[in-house]
This record gives sequence, C-alpha cells and structure tokens, in this order.
Amino acid sequence: MKMMRVEEIESLPRPGLESIQLKRLQRLVARVYERVKPYRAKMDAAGVKPDDIQTLSDLSKLPFTTKDDLRDNYPFGLFTVPMEEVVRVHASSGTTGKPTVVGYTAADISTWADVMGRCLAMGGVTRHDMLHNAYGYGLFTGGLGAHYGAERVGATVIPVSGGNTKRQITIMRDFGSTVLLSTPSYALNLADAMEDLGVTLDDLKLRVGIHGAEPWSVNMREEVERKLGIRALDIYGLSEVIGPGVAMECPESERGMHILEDHFLPEIVDPETFEPLPPGQPGELVFTTLTKEAFPIIRYRTKDLSTLYAEQCRCGRTLVRMEKVTGRTDDMLIIRGVNVFPSQVEHVLMGVEGVEPHYQIEVNREGNLDTMKVLVEVSDTVFHDEVKVLEGLSKKIQVEIKDLLGVTCSVKLVEPRTIQRSEGKAQRVIDNRKM
Amino acid sequence: MRVEQIAVFLENKSGRLAEITSVLAEKNINIRALSVADTADFGILRLIVDKVDEAKKVLKENGCTVGKTNVIAVEVPDRAGGLASVLKTIEAVGLNVEYMYAFVNKSGENAVLIFRFDDMDKAIAALTKDNFTILSGDQVCAL
Repeated sequence: MKMMRVEEIESLPRPGLESIQLKRLQRLVARVYERVKPYRAKMDAAGVKPDDIQTLSDLSKLPFTTKDDLRDNYPFGLFTVPMEEVVRVHASSGTTGKPTVVGYTAADISTWADVMGRCLAMGGVTRHDMLHNAYGYGLFTGGLGAHYGAERVGATVIPVSGGNTKRQITIMRDFGSTVLLSTPSYALNLADAMEDLGVTLDDLKLRVGIHGAEPWSVNMREEVERKLGIRALDIYGLSEVIGPGVAMECPESERGMHILEDHFLPEIVDPETFEPLPPGQPGELVFTTLTKEAFPIIRYRTKDLSTLYAEQCRCGRTLVRMEKVTGRTDDMLIIRGVNVFPSQVEHVLMGVEGVEPHYQIEVNREGNLDTMKVLVEVSDTVFHDEVKVLEGLSKKIQVEIKDLLGVTCSVKLVEPRTIQRSEGKAQRVIDNRKM
Repeated sequence: MRVEQIAVFLENKSGRLAEITSVLAEKNINIRALSVADTADFGILRLIVDKVDEAKKVLKENGCTVGKTNVIAVEVPDRAGGLASVLKTIEAVGLNVEYMYAFVNKSGENAVLIFRFDDMDKAIAALTKDNFTILSGDQVCAL
C-alpha cells in the first residue's frame, strides 16, 4: 500500500505537487525565521519576511545559504531544534580545517530513509534483493544514508562499507548480492579485483548498481555496466541537503535524475548573477529542503553545475529531472568520493613549520583510482642537507593531509618557483582526469 | 676545524645540475668537491667551493634553495685502509655518519674525506685524539 502512495506523489500533476511544495516552504520559512538567528538576520537584511512567500516564485526573494554560512555557524549554529532532539550528526569536509556539520531529528532520519528508499525503489530495488552497500559508513552520509533507505525498502542489507576489496568479492559471490551501492570508481575497482581473483560474472547475481558521490562519465558508466554485467544508475545527494537520496535516475530516463521534489525544492541559478534560470538552461544547482527539522536549509548553493528538465519522463513521474553534474563553480575536487578543497591542503601546509604555501595539487586517474599528488616548494627554512630530514617532511605533510581530509596523497618536494604563477596567482590544481 | 659546505635542493629533472654548475662557472667559482644524494623524488647537491658566500648568493639569485652546513674534512694517505681507519675511530666513540664523500688531491698522495656526523664536536675531539689531520676550509681549497 505504501508503495502505491509513493508512486502517486511522484506522478502527481504539477499543480498538486506545487501546492504541497508551497505549503511546506511557507511553514519552513516561518519556522527558520523564528528559531534561527543567522537566518533571521539575513532575511531582515534582505528585507524579506516569512509572509512575503506567497507563491513558489517568491522563493527567489530569500537570501542564499552558502558553505561560508555553515562555517560561520560551526558546528550547530544553524540547527532549529535543541540538541536533545538531535539524534544524529554527520559531517563532510569544509573548505578549511573545520568540517561542515549537519544534524537529524528522529523524524529526519525517517524522512531520509523514505527518500533514499524511494530512490532505491526507483532503481528497481525490492525486498527480494540482497543489497551490497559499499559506501563508507561513518561521518560521511553515504553509508548510513543508503543503509536506512535499503532497510526501508526491505532489502537484505550487507553493510560491507569501503575497503578490503577481496573480501567484498567473496561476500558478493557467496551471499548472492543483487544490488551494488558504491562510488563508480569503486565499482570498477571491484570489477578489476574480480578478474584477479578469477571470479566471473557467472559466479555473481548482481543486476543493478547505484552509483554516486563522485562525477563519472558516460564512458565510465558503460565500463561499469559491461564489466559487472549490471544496469548502472546515477544517484545524487549531498550532506548539506540530507545525504544520498536527493535525486535518482530511473531506468527509463534518458536525461538525468528525478529530484524528490516533495522534499527538496531545486533551482538553477546563473553562476555569476545568481538570477534563477528556466528549465533547460545550465547553471548552479540550488536546493531548499522542505521537510527537514533539525537542519533545514534555504536556497543552498551547491556549487554543482547542472541543468533541470521539466518534461515528464517516460516512466510517468512528473518530478523534475537534473542532468548529471557536469562540473563545479568552485575549486572543490572529489578524490575517491571524498570532497577536497585546495584551501584545506593549504591549511595543512601552513601548519607545518617553515613550509610556505606554494603548492600545487595534481590529480590523476591511475587505473580506476584517483590519485592526488601535492607538490610543495622547498623554502630555505625547511631545506636540509640530509635526505632523511626532507623525507621526514614529506611524510609529515602526507600524514597531516590524511588526518584532516581522509585522503591518502603523495607529496613531492619541488624547487622554489617551479609552480607556475599566472598573473601573480598560482594555479593550484592540475586535474588530469578525463570526466 | 670545520669546512663550510653548500647544499642545494635539486628536483629530479634533466639539465638542473648543468645549470647550477654553469652559474658557478660564470662567477669563476671553483668546485673543490661535490656529491649528490638522490631519492626517487629529489636530490641534494653538496658542494665545497672556494668562494662560499658568493656561491650561495649567486645560487639564490638564480632561484635555488640553498643551505650552508659545516662538515669535517679529514686528510688520509691515499692507500688501502685509509677510510677504514677513520671510521674505526668514529665507531669507537659511538658516532653516526650522516653522509660522506671523498676526493683525491692533485698530488695523488692523499685523499680528503668529507664527513657530516650526528655530533660534530665529539667527532672532532675523537679524530684529533687519534692524530688525524683535519683540514680547514682554506686548506681544502688550496689543495
């Protein structure tokens, strides 16, 4: 019965859906204005009151929320409920040393399970499936978010998390996993490891893969599908909005992922003027949460570049679709599913005595794995005539980057002024991956 | 008793050593001894030159990372066992050699061993006690 209800909401005629959205938006704005000082201050500064939201297009009167707002109110300053009502927090990397923290009430956890469950159902997952969840469990929203959604659908969840690839393959084969949830690069990693272990597609029961948390190309999708013998579908989410479960590609969609619009209100804005753009035009993706309690967010600028499509999908859903994310408006990198900002690397370097912030990040894809190399210029202060001292310095930088970002990188010491400075400003990132 | 040595950071790329030596040549700076320590990623060029401060200045002007360290130059007869006898003295007092290199002087009679120890004072004391000839910077350049 429940599934019937879900399908109904996903194929509601637009006016019906939009009236639900408007009611939820009005309630949200009123609550946030009343309870969260930083939101109230920004709305007052913009001269907008909750009562000004009379139609959905009034949304554009509200100020944007950015990652800077999250940082300024670190860790819990934008929560709308007292901490005793918060049952869980997650965190993702911020632009500097401080992470971005998000919180959930019990009802939020249930909403999250609902939306993630609907995404899985959209991908054809049912209670008959054995679901191999290889997203990392922990502060990252991927693992636990997918987990609760899979349980909501009633699938059997294998909470295998990341790492230990050989064991994952043994489990997939012996347990008869039918659904794989992982980053696309990890899916390819599993495929390669299968070959090494002599496991063939005949040994597996996999039929569908749901992949997100990092950008992947159409070619990469074809490779995943061919090597694992599955249908590979795209999923989108971000912790600031809820985590995984914001948008999902249905098997019939020929362009992009359905956004669960009854919970998340999308906009596309011009990345320079920030004016809202109509469907079909590419720009920066902006989200407003409609149903979250502990950490709702208004007009969050994701810095992800995408396009919205309003035409109804062949599957019958009326939910708007978003194009696979085509890029970023900032310098954020995604390395093996982890968000990395060059400023975080700089933060680490500044903390190492004597190291000057002349650095460059080189990203490559070796096989299926992203690798990050940090080039650091050796100043007179840190230079030493003994090899072991300089190697110790590289090691120290590597360990501290791993500690802060959770990403293993290699460090290469380079001569001063070898890092190109264009117009007095260094080019911080060389990304050699082909997306 | 100590000799000033210049150390230059080298990235592993072709032509770097040639550039550095030509910069020194243009200023008429003579290299008396040198060694290169290399790892997979970088190298350290160590030089003993006749005009230390000038060399440091000109290399810095050319964008190099330059350091100045003290090393010890020990002169031994150029025959079998010369180095071994020095190392025996060093080992006896429990010192470590951080790095070393050597060259033979023009006459061919003596070899000059350049050392960096973890404790330089202790090394000088031990070598002096065992009657080794320790050269000054001027002496090394005059050879």
